[in-house]
Amino acid sequence: MRLIRAIAVATALGVATLLSPLGAAEIKVGLAAPPSSIDPHFHNLAPNNSLLSNIFDRLVHQDPNQALIPGLAESWKAVNDTTWEFKLRKGVRFHDGSPFTAADVLCTFKRAPNVPNSPSNFGLYLKGKTVEKVDDYTVLVKTTGPQPLLPNDLSTIYIVSKSAGCEAKTEDYNTGKAAVGTGPFKFAEYVPGDRIVMTANDDYWGGKAAWDKVTFRPITSAPARVAAILAGDVDLIEDVPTADIAKLSKDPRVSLFQTVSNRVIYFHLDQFREISPFITAKDGSAIKNPLRDRRVRLAISKSINRDAIVERVMEGSAVPAGQLLADKFFGTSKNLKPERYDVEGAKKLMKEAGYEGGFKMTIHSPNGRYTNDAKIAEVVAQMLTRIGIETSVETLPPAVFFRRASAGGPDNTPEFSFILVGWGSGTGEASSPLRSLIYTVDPSRGTGAANRGRYSNPEVDKLVDAALASVDDEKRAGLLAKATEVAIGDLGIIPSHYQINVWATRRGLKIVPRTDEFTVVMSVAPQ
Amino acid sequence: MTDVSAPNGVGPLAHKGVRPPATDAGFPHEPSREGADPVLADNRFRVFLAEFLESRVAAAALAMLILLVAVALVAPWVTPQNPYDLGSLDILDSRQPPGAKASTGFTMILGSDGVGRDLYSAIVYGLRISLFVGVMSGVLAMLIGMCAGLLAAYTGGRTGALILRGVDLQLSFPAILVALMLVALLGKGVEKIVLALVAVQWAYYARTVRASALIEKGKDYVEAARGLALSPARIMLRHILPNCLPPLIVVGTVEIAHAIALEATLSFLGVGMPPTEPSLGVLIANGFEYMLSGRYWISFFPGIALLVTIVCINLVGDQLREVLNPRLRR
Amino acid sequence: MTAFLIRRLMQAGLVVAVMSVIVFFGINVVGNPVDILVSPEADQAERARVIREFGLDRPVWQQYLLFLNGIAHGDFGRSFVHGEPALKLILERMPATVELALAALLMAIVVGIPVGIYAGITPMGRASKVIMAGSILGFSLPTFWVGLMLILVFAVHLGWLPSTGRGATASVLGVSTSMATLDGLAHLVLPALNLALLKISLVVRLTYAGAREASQQDYIKFARAKGLSERRVVGIHLLKNIMIPVVTVLGLEFGNLLAFSVVTETIFAWPGMGKLLIDSILLLDRPVVVAYLIIIVLAFLIINFVVDALYSALDPRVRLRDAGS
Repeated sequence: MRLIRAIAVATALGVATLLSPLGAAEIKVGLAAPPSSIDPHFHNLAPNNSLLSNIFDRLVHQDPNQALIPGLAESWKAVNDTTWEFKLRKGVRFHDGSPFTAADVLCTFKRAPNVPNSPSNFGLYLKGKTVEKVDDYTVLVKTTGPQPLLPNDLSTIYIVSKSAGCEAKTEDYNTGKAAVGTGPFKFAEYVPGDRIVMTANDDYWGGKAAWDKVTFRPITSAPARVAAILAGDVDLIEDVPTADIAKLSKDPRVSLFQTVSNRVIYFHLDQFREISPFITAKDGSAIKNPLRDRRVRLAISKSINRDAIVERVMEGSAVPAGQLLADKFFGTSKNLKPERYDVEGAKKLMKEAGYEGGFKMTIHSPNGRYTNDAKIAEVVAQMLTRIGIETSVETLPPAVFFRRASAGGPDNTPEFSFILVGWGSGTGEASSPLRSLIYTVDPSRGTGAANRGRYSNPEVDKLVDAALASVDDEKRAGLLAKATEVAIGDLGIIPSHYQINVWATRRGLKIVPRTDEFTVVMSVAPQ
Repeated sequence: MTDVSAPNGVGPLAHKGVRPPATDAGFPHEPSREGADPVLADNRFRVFLAEFLESRVAAAALAMLILLVAVALVAPWVTPQNPYDLGSLDILDSRQPPGAKASTGFTMILGSDGVGRDLYSAIVYGLRISLFVGVMSGVLAMLIGMCAGLLAAYTGGRTGALILRGVDLQLSFPAILVALMLVALLGKGVEKIVLALVAVQWAYYARTVRASALIEKGKDYVEAARGLALSPARIMLRHILPNCLPPLIVVGTVEIAHAIALEATLSFLGVGMPPTEPSLGVLIANGFEYMLSGRYWISFFPGIALLVTIVCINLVGDQLREVLNPRLRR
Repeated sequence: MTAFLIRRLMQAGLVVAVMSVIVFFGINVVGNPVDILVSPEADQAERARVIREFGLDRPVWQQYLLFLNGIAHGDFGRSFVHGEPALKLILERMPATVELALAALLMAIVVGIPVGIYAGITPMGRASKVIMAGSILGFSLPTFWVGLMLILVFAVHLGWLPSTGRGATASVLGVSTSMATLDGLAHLVLPALNLALLKISLVVRLTYAGAREASQQDYIKFARAKGLSERRVVGIHLLKNIMIPVVTVLGLEFGNLLAFSVVTETIFAWPGMGKLLIDSILLLDRPVVVAYLIIIVLAFLIINFVVDALYSALDPRVRLRDAGS
């Protein structure tokens, strides 16, 4: 059998050598989720954005900690409150050889919000912005009002080529015809569900990658992904399951790389209903919604043993959370610490609030959407039961969970009383969770789109508004931190922990771990 | 057992073995089976029992099965922990190896799972749920399938075709989709899982019964009953059905095992039992992520429990088939 | 014959129609795909745009009529998730699944039938008892558990076979298959075995039962008495008489393998259509699910037809007309 495998490998190598020059460096990557398309504007979806960062560039890049750094734009500045000037990088060529100029930027901005049949497009980052060409290497972006986050917004849009990509359909990207970028790797092959192959772009403006060929293979089953790297079938895997980290860290075949994520796992609490559907007295009779009492919310937060969740459930791959985004990110508060685990204090608060006898509640959680989500819900239910809140757990497939959590109740209100959810900040700064999770729900302004607890505090809204109108970075950071402090002080949400992103490589390789969960092959090199 | 198995395979037909499996084709062979005779029933049961116990393996399997059922029934009295009571679990007890002491003092002889449940207690309680799910869905699916199959065979024609196409529909419908719809409509819970399994499995019983009934229908005694102008319902239930029972019982034992395994697969896909009331299947599915982590016990022991249960059920089923099959001259 | 075919086709059409209705309304009950597909950062306006663009703002019955209209024009709809025609997505993944199913079926036949016959003609032997008890093991453990075990043992510990994925493919008669390369075959072994284990036990048990009964029938005794070689007795007379149930079950099992190898494809990262189905179900990608199930109904129809035809070949007493009721 060993022989068969040897022959098989030899044949595979034989095939490979036909395709690439002898001795070419190849790397195989095990992905946790397959991309839904190769069209960079088709679907604003993490696996797509991560994968396509290897083929395409953006005007503004995010470094491994999501701080903004020059990409295809060498520099940018705000000319006034509503006008930004971007100086484009000169001498950059697309994979088909055509030069990169302002025309590509203009047509990209036209295409990105308008891809037909897109399940989620990039229009939200381009809202209220118009772009003008000054010369081939200078563009002006004008906004309707002050938009201090404009460079962050533009750091989500991949630039496609005017000649090959702007008029192309999504299908043309999937066949590779239009998948022409300026990035470190060129598109070679896409077999849906099986593999995505790329070859090195030797002329990349950011230097040459250590690899001539990259093969990405989606291996969605987590233990199978780990088995694949242990068996030597892939050289790198993303999203290493927490259960295996302890063992892998001692395995001589692999190395682990990790960094704290931009994702917080938290609880949304029903704060808008007089009577909450999944909360009753212990005897089952209806009671007034106790979650509207700040003391009860604080008691719940105190009853959650975050260290135990991190240690026992996440097996160390998480950090206890005290706010919306880990401390190192822009706009976070320096004053907020994770709520201390204090069962006695929690019981006292429950008594003060008049709930000494406790009540019954159901936690709802998706299963399989966030790392160990169902288990965390179960463990938190254990903890709440200890302070008298008799908690049951209902885990639902994400397909069912999110519809009901957002609009399952009467008049499309959120259905549940207490849910476990997560939030990753694509922009890598605090306005993202504040605007979506904390801000008062207002569809006409697009605020509070994921505020499933309907927390609302005009003071927080005002602070966020002020922050989003302030082009001055330092002032904005201060306002965002203040807004976070007020919201967390109100227990608008209860944060549990920040996830840690973990990659495993075969021994001898290293990768720069990123907070945004992107797997960037350019950052993989021999140690 | 089978892959998500959605329409879980034709398992049962295959195992019943008494005769070729039912298909639309009905039956190629002509078996000979005598009608039931109540006078001899008691005596026959004794003979049957004696014949059944002839095989020591089957006898041992039956004993084991009785033991498992007994333990499952008295679960609260033979376990140190109620694994469904979240208040009695402690996350700090999670992932302990076999033999470790729990924070409340008892020894977790099989270790604990990822949220601090004593595995031994969880397995005993889980066995209870798994057996309940298996037996309930088996019995209900059998009742429904039996009626549908009898009706299809007896009436034939348009009604028969309609029922058969219903069977086809069920066969090409993935169990996961059925389960997902039920979860969305009704939420999670034992009853919902049973309902999903019944929806998936009735078709197999229907096919089996139809095939047997088609043959019986052609026999003289049915003609005679017709000649007496008995009502169709009476002919079907009192005359044809008893003669279809032996294969049905055998299919049943296999299907119960099948239902238990299918429930495990549904749990693996996230639409099975709620995580706070784990069945054996949920325990195995939960342990799946720990298989490479060195904490083998989390999925190993529940796996062994499931294996033993299903093997016992099937050994008993095999022997039943031996004993009930008149064409095997032993 | 023609009438039989037409009737079967019409009935299949009915099954497809009923199923599409159930799936259409069923998925609508489960949830809204937009809730899962839309970026969490998207605002309410973007959500509304997607719902409008997918036509999900219309009443379900209108969506269904539009779907029927599309079918009439040969259009099964576009995947919500991938933006490509649903039919194309399914067809491009079909070869991988077909070859996996064929490999598993082959294993089941090659191993299952001889072993089953052997056990059946020596039912009282020790080997036979072991085989029959052992065959229970084949369906006692969930596929996902066995699959990972196979990977652990053969790929991680022994290093004999690759762990996951589909290997190199080569084109044979215009069909790209991994059966044509050694690398492809090496990748095929474990997932095919994982699927085949259950089918092997099925075939063993089925063949055993048939062989056991048949070997006591007069015609076999007669053949033996006539002095025919054991090989001839078993290989021709016995085999022919027990093949009908085996063929029936294998036919249906093949359909099942084609349609629902979901767990195996997931564990082994096999790029087949079963994986597509489960992903589509979990993301509520209705156009793909509906198109998929329609294809499956048709596949079962064809398989059943072939099986029925095989009946008449194996046993002249069975006529197609009877088989088709």
